[in-house]
Amino acid sequence: MTIGIGIPRADGAAKVTGRALYVDDLRPEGCLYGATVRSERAHATVLAITLDPSYDWTGITLVTARDIPGRNLVALITEDQPALADGVVRHVTEPIALVAAPTRDRALEAVKHVQVTYGDLPYNLDPEAAEGHPVAIYGTDNVFKRIAIDKGAAAGTVAGIVHEGTYRLGLQEQLYIEPQGMIASPREDGGMTVIGSMQCPYYVHKALKALLGHDRLNAVQAATGGGFGGKEDYPSMVAAHAALLALKTGKPVKLIYRRDEDLRATTKRHPAIFRIRSVVAPDGRLLEWTASTIFDGGAYNTLTPVVLSRGILHLTGPYRCENVHLSGVAVATHTPPNGAFRGFGAPQAMWAVERHMDRIARGIGVDPLVLRRLNLLRDGDTTASGGVLTDTGGFAVLDAALAAAEAPLPPITRHPGAGTNHARGRGLAMVFHGCGFTGNGEAYIKGKVGLELRGSRVTILTASTDIGQGTETIFPQIVAAELGVPLEWVDMAPHDTDLVPDSGPTVASRTTMVVGGVAQKAARKLREALQAETGLATGDIATLLAARTSSAPLRVEHQYIDDGSVQWNPDTYQGDAYPTYGWSCAIVDLDVDRDTGEVLYRRFISATDVGRAINPVLAAGQLEGGALQALGWATSEEVVLDARGCMRNDRLTNYIIPTAADAPEMVTLLIEIPFAGGPFGAKGIGEIPMDGPAAAVAQAIEAATGAVLDNLPMTPERVLGAM
Amino acid sequence: MIRFTVNDQDVALDAPPMSRLLDVLREGARLTGTKEGCGEGECGACTVLIDGVAVNSCLVPAIQADGCRVTTVEGLASDGRLHPVQEAFLRFGGAQCGICTPGFLVTAKALLDANPHPTRAEAREALAGNLCRCTGYQKIIDAVTEALAGPDVDAAATSTPAC
Ligand code: FES
Ligand code: FES
Repeated sequence: MTIGIGIPRADGAAKVTGRALYVDDLRPEGCLYGATVRSERAHATVLAITLDPSYDWTGITLVTARDIPGRNLVALITEDQPALADGVVRHVTEPIALVAAPTRDRALEAVKHVQVTYGDLPYNLDPEAAEGHPVAIYGTDNVFKRIAIDKGAAAGTVAGIVHEGTYRLGLQEQLYIEPQGMIASPREDGGMTVIGSMQCPYYVHKALKALLGHDRLNAVQAATGGGFGGKEDYPSMVAAHAALLALKTGKPVKLIYRRDEDLRATTKRHPAIFRIRSVVAPDGRLLEWTASTIFDGGAYNTLTPVVLSRGILHLTGPYRCENVHLSGVAVATHTPPNGAFRGFGAPQAMWAVERHMDRIARGIGVDPLVLRRLNLLRDGDTTASGGVLTDTGGFAVLDAALAAAEAPLPPITRHPGAGTNHARGRGLAMVFHGCGFTGNGEAYIKGKVGLELRGSRVTILTASTDIGQGTETIFPQIVAAELGVPLEWVDMAPHDTDLVPDSGPTVASRTTMVVGGVAQKAARKLREALQAETGLATGDIATLLAARTSSAPLRVEHQYIDDGSVQWNPDTYQGDAYPTYGWSCAIVDLDVDRDTGEVLYRRFISATDVGRAINPVLAAGQLEGGALQALGWATSEEVVLDARGCMRNDRLTNYIIPTAADAPEMVTLLIEIPFAGGPFGAKGIGEIPMDGPAAAVAQAIEAATGAVLDNLPMTPERVLGAM
Repeated sequence: MIRFTVNDQDVALDAPPMSRLLDVLREGARLTGTKEGCGEGECGACTVLIDGVAVNSCLVPAIQADGCRVTTVEGLASDGRLHPVQEAFLRFGGAQCGICTPGFLVTAKALLDANPHPTRAEAREALAGNLCRCTGYQKIIDAVTEALAGPDVDAAATSTPAC
């Protein structure tokens, strides 16, 4: 059995020897280098694009919106975002033109000599002023999406103890260590191949098809140096630009972002504001919960409606309440579009919910832990949208994490001043996270996986990519286990849209749970196909293979089938919002330096219900990596915008992510409460580690110092200010 | 003309003297294992050893390596055998997306050459110049501190119990 063992990752040997090829490691014959001319204004008409006459333009090609053969857009949910601004720019860093040159240095140099003449227009950067703002960015009211969910008695009609709070958080950058990059190469048939850093090859394919006006094209994933959502939709933009340059020059064009450009221009986690009003009984039981939110989508829609949707659906946290009123809007501002980032709206919501639970605990004088236990959801409870819960793991993860927290803390070794003027605190947060697409998303996408048998080798054909999380290892584990064959018999085809079917995007904690499940069913089909071919009834693959007389490859494909187990109404937001939920408890121990406000992490414990760990080492790796992104979000990661909405701290020296010395020792507990709909019981786990840590940190800071912080990030200045 | 030894091979390359060692290695010597994450000395993805000392090759003018011994990730394995820290990264799950991995491995080699049995705190300090966004560092620190601990440690099984 190949399930539940921490085998080394399939792509590990290539990665530890430097053989793995990322997009910047590829250099096609005759390759040119691209660079992007970007808006310096938040909102303006583009009056003219001219070339500096004093610059030597030999060998340099310029592309503008006029060079687009198909439709000028980055096709995604809506069709509002152009590939290149045509006449008007709506945010700073919006792409206006492209250049290709024989060297990267010359391309970057040439960009500085493309002169853009702007006619300035009024703009708005403030999400709270966006709805109905006189300057329209999107539609007539600047609202990308509006959602409301009501359950139980009318708002404001329940009697009890009332608490109200407002919670805010800013942008967060994914900060994959490999910047965005793509190479486009003209094909002999007049088509185009793009290869690069991406999560979702078929998103890129869809975008290029609209842009180029044909589908003689394929998108190929190179080894990808992290994504975390940041390479869900933005690679379509990079691919579009590389393709336009390759089309005009007739040569392969490599387009790699510099770090500062990547930071300024690409999507980030949506900033949000939450207002929560709760009514509780004297013992802390939740009687009514009313929460509203504004998400800042930036200047174009991208994935914003879906992010808001997940945010709202997580806005009760993992707590039971019969009278719930949730509402939210996602609005347009003249800032770079925000997009997917691990958790996709849920971490924002969970921050507000957990902070509000602490407010209630403070208000009625109840232990925050007792309050959580009292209200925690269990099997049979209904969610805000009326879905009935099964396979809940709230109490299991809470008890496991608390038990682990009894162990003594690891020693402080790194700060020489440690212990002089430090205050120690512990904080805890409880979260749940809907696994897979919201509602009936899977029924829409209908992901496919193919299997191809050659001799005794089984190749998995899927568009689900490995961006570090382990798809290349986990899918073979699932297929080998289902077929009962050695792991060495199973491998993966390259993620090339010419070779693999559309499995849906690599997002939403769906890859193992949903697409892995499709792969498992494809494996069953393969066995059936072998039985049909050989006329044998046995399920034993070795026997079936031995009985085969044909040596022709055998190919099967399975497509996701909606079995009706998820009942969801997207118009009323009623029903099962997710196929199942993961559950997690985070406990952080930290010191606050009373003199500086700096937070020093000591130990981080998480217990997470993963359904079934297909590969416990990879699963723990996801949970640990996600947790540290959340701890960085909690205390150090802050995007500072200038008056035009441009990221000012666009370097790794001033956008601070945690180092190994900042990171706490981690204790990672995998709790397995199987989900019948997942392969071998697996639930999705990619995003849940992002949800809880920030709130646990806030509670710990409060325990240590009494400082109450309701806004993220909790930088040293903010901590000092609140003390 | 710059002459140096890269991974025990003598190399002579034409490159403008102020070109970055990173570019000379990647473009000139076609050793693309060394990565660029920031180009300004902050992420450590471009770490190589010059005469055994870890440096950020994006900050080092190639001319500075003239006459020196340069070691990149491609040079860590020898005689077809992985370096123990490479083995440990595989066993413990120290690499996820892998883009930071070459830099970590090279820095770790320099650490282990000087201190074969670092404590966890020493390893964290030594690796603080290398950024990883995927792992939370836990499994990297596991791998580096256990790399030379002996072959019988069943690392992967003990590090992450599934219960
Ligand atoms: S690329 Fe050299 S330190 Fe980041
Ligand atoms: S493994 Fe992805 S950045 Fe370290």
